[in-house]
This record gives sequence, structure tokens and C-alpha cells, in this order.
Amino acid sequence: MASVVEVRSVTKRFGERVAVAGIDLDVHAGSCFGLLGPNGAGKTTTLRMVYGVTRPTGGTIRVFGIDIAARPREVRARLGVTLQENVMTDEISPRDNLRVFGRYHLLREPELSRRVEELIDFLELRSHADVPVRNLSGGFKRRLAIAQSLMNRPELLILDEPTTGLDPAVRLSIWSRVRDLREKGSTVLLTTHYMDEAQRLCDRVAIMAEGAIRAEGPPLALIAQHAGEEALELDCSPEEEARLLDGFAERAKRLRAGRRLMLYVGDAAALAEHIRTRDAGDRRPLVVRPSNLEDVFLALTGTQLEGGA
Amino acid sequence: MTVSLPHALSVWRRNASMYRRTWMFTILPNFFEPVLYLMSIGIGLGAYVSQMGGGSYAQFLAPGLICVSAMNGASFEVTYNVFVRLTFQKTYDGMLTTPVAPEDILLGEVLWAVTRSLVYGGCFFVVVALFGLVPLPRGLLMLPLIPLAGLLFASIGIAFSLRIPAIDLFSFYFTLFLTPIFLFSDIFFPLAERLPANLLWVAEVLPLLHPVRIARHIFAGQWSPVLLWDLAYIAGFSAVLLSWASVWVRKRLTS
Repeated sequence: MASVVEVRSVTKRFGERVAVAGIDLDVHAGSCFGLLGPNGAGKTTTLRMVYGVTRPTGGTIRVFGIDIAARPREVRARLGVTLQENVMTDEISPRDNLRVFGRYHLLREPELSRRVEELIDFLELRSHADVPVRNLSGGFKRRLAIAQSLMNRPELLILDEPTTGLDPAVRLSIWSRVRDLREKGSTVLLTTHYMDEAQRLCDRVAIMAEGAIRAEGPPLALIAQHAGEEALELDCSPEEEARLLDGFAERAKRLRAGRRLMLYVGDAAALAEHIRTRDAGDRRPLVVRPSNLEDVFLALTGTQLEGGA
Repeated sequence: MTVSLPHALSVWRRNASMYRRTWMFTILPNFFEPVLYLMSIGIGLGAYVSQMGGGSYAQFLAPGLICVSAMNGASFEVTYNVFVRLTFQKTYDGMLTTPVAPEDILLGEVLWAVTRSLVYGGCFFVVVALFGLVPLPRGLLMLPLIPLAGLLFASIGIAFSLRIPAIDLFSFYFTLFLTPIFLFSDIFFPLAERLPANLLWVAEVLPLLHPVRIARHIFAGQWSPVLLWDLAYIAGFSAVLLSWASVWVRKRLTS
């Protein structure tokens, strides 16, 4: 399958600080690719290099097969970017903001107005299309920000933390729009630290930490590889942990955050049974659930992973 | 990357669509400013000055004050407003996700500042003309001079804005640069008569004297070869600053 974005051995240093430490990425045409990682992992720097505003210290990036460093205007005419922060003019309406963005792409009438109205419908902006942006809610502004980045009918849509800080209804509506775009053939590259968002939207994800990619693949494959099938959570001290797990045959990956212990195994029911027998009458609550991308994220970027890692 | 005029104009249009909503509030004060100046200094102080440069004191002030309003119109735009778009509103970061390049942003903002100088200076010109202080029709030559003065101060101001780290530094720009040149650029008194001859070169180096001298000649209906130097100064100084600014704008907006 053709790669829309090809990142090869890319590094970025800001003075002494290494922001991106030699990464390779491929975003295939028509797919949704998620870059996950904690704050400061290098996700935004990577995106900025993809659309050509930050220049790599080493390595090459091709977008649509074009070297972004050599022909940035040509590449940016074909992609759209929703930045982490909403960038819009507060004094004017959503409709006027969309027109402003359309003109950056040199859209002319009647195409300009036609596209503005299309996107007002697509992102459900009509109720407040003529109200100054400063009076709008966070969710409405975020939908407008996404609409702005779609003015040029981009083949590649880049979303930097599209739903951070939004309420669940707005998040659902944005996810649904992203799926609509994909059905129409757009390629999506997004960053997020919401693992549920990545798991719902992305065909492939890469988990970044300290400027490097720690793991890459389809979400389910990463979960199976790094977090087993099931997770069991309980509260216990490290001393109790040793006592409770003593004698359990399967080596469980363990992750601890304060008193909370998370155990990743193939069969959590057997482990729960084992803990019950060792726990002699002390009926502490056990939570058994399927492993998810959050567990992978914590395992790869979190602080301490012990046991069968 | 080379500059693209259509993209620069899209930046200009962004500012224009914003001001289309607020122009009443931004233009009205421009009418009060010259009236207050002319009343306070021209009529008040002018009552004690029987004659200046062959006419009333108000007539002496008029050409210089029109240049100052052009200077102010451009300066406010490329200082506070550009800096807010650069840092707090991230307007330029948004533009750079599109085919608009840093050099286009620079050109668009300078063109916009020139437009604002034309609006400010034009309002001032109209009021001064209504007071009967503009010799017509030759005074209409001020209309091309106003945007030239605007270009000069747009170039100086945007070069400054691209180099400073914090918005507080604009108070230095206004109090230690614009205010002194306002007071010592042949606007309130004839420099050559009051300044020691060995200090006159200082005013020649500073920017405001040049548009003011051209304006005085327009009002007096005179021609002098020194005007060629004034025009060359305005064009040359603007060109040098803008070519530096085109390097700085890229450094500031990309990494």
C-alpha cells in the first residue's frame, strides 16, 4: 500500500535537547495512524516536521512522495492541520473564519462559499455560524478548528490532540466526523494521550517516549504483545504483593502506581482464584477486565514494569 | 522560499475581515486626535506665536502632524497587534499549516500596516483640510506620501517586533524611539533654526524627518534636490529592514 507519509531516520535537536531521536514511520493511504505518548515525548515536533514547519536535524520526510523540505507549499496545499490550540479570530464569526482559511488556500468564489457552507453542515456549526467566535463554547470552537483544516479538501488530515479537554458528546461527534472523512478516502495522522480515542479510531499506533518509538502496530496486536489478554487490578502493599502472588505458576507482568497493582495475564480468573486463596478471608476488591491500549502505554512509557517483562 | 503576493494578500484579507467588524471604533478616534492637537497646540499655543515659517502656527504644524498620524497608524499595527498574533493568538502558526509562507505573512502584515497608515493619515488629512489648512490642489500630493511614511514605520516596527522576546519591550519603542523623533523632527519648530549645526545630522539619520520634509515642501509648493535624498532614505531604509525581517520572520516562526 502506498505511503502518504514516509519518515526515515528523522532526528530533531533543539540545542542540546534531543526532541526526536531517530524515528521511522509510514502512514498508509486511507489509514488512520495514531502517535501516542506522554507530554514532551516528541509527538508535536514530529507532526510539525511532517507539515514542514520544523526542519529535521537529520533524516528525510516525504509526504505524498514529495520531499517536504524542498516543496512545502505544494505539500501543504494538499493537507490540513488542526493544531493543539484553536487558532481563530475571536472578533469574527465561524463563517468568516472559514472564509479566511479558505483564502490562505487561494479559494475563490463560488467555490469558497460552497465549501464554507458544506463544512458548516458537516461539523454542525449552523446554529452559531454568525456569532463572534469569542462567545462560543470550547466544543464548538474545536469543531470550527477542524472545519478550518478541511477547507482545502485535504488528502491528509493531521490532528494534534483533537479532543483534549472536551466533553464526551463532543468527543463522540468529532470521532464520527473523522470516520466519515476516512470513508471518503482521507488519510489521518493524529496524536492523543487518550487511549480509548486511539483504540477507536486508529488502524495503527506508535507509542513514543523520550523522542523514540517504543512500539508500533495495530492496537490489538500491541495489546496482545505488551499487556497480555486480561488485566487484574487490586490495592496492596509491595509486601502483600509478594505474599499474594507467591506460588502462582504463570509469570504476570506487573505495574504499580502507589498501592494500585495491575497484573497482566492470559487468564485473570485463575489469578483471582489464586489471590483469594492466599488472601485468607481478607476480601479485598479485585477488578478483572480485558487489557487495553492504556496498559500498553503505561507498560512502555510508565515508570516501573516488573516481573515477566 | 520566495514570497507569493496572492498568499500575502490572503493575510491582508484576514486582518481586513477582522477590522470590517470594528472599524467604527478604530476610525472615529482618528478624527478627534487631529482636532485636539490643532485646538490645543495650534490655537492655544499658536496664539502666542504670531508667525512661523511664513504662516500661522497651525499651518506650520499641519504637514508634520499628518506624517505623524501615518507613523502611528502603521506603528500600532506592527507592534502590539503583530506581537499578539505572533505569540498569544498563534495566528501565524495557523497560517503556516497552509501554503502561506513566513515571507508572505511579513508582506501581508506590512501591506496591512500601510493600509492602516493610509486610513489614519487620510482621516487626519481630511480634518486638517476641513480646517482650511491644506493648500489645494497641490496638497493632494500628501495622499501618496502617507502610505510611504506608513511603509517606513511598518518596516521599522515589524523588524523590532520580530526580535523582541516580550511584549513589555514595546514601551521602550514608543517612549525612547517614537516619542523623541516625534518631538525632534521639524514638526513643532524648524530644526535648522534651533539645533546646533553639528547636531543636525542626528535628525537626518532618524526616519521621521524625511517624510516631514517632503510634506513641508508639498504644502509650500516647492521643489528641492534634498527631497531625492528623503525619498531614497524612505525606500532604502524600508528595503534593508524588510530584507532582514524576511530572514527573522522565518527564524521566528519555523524551527
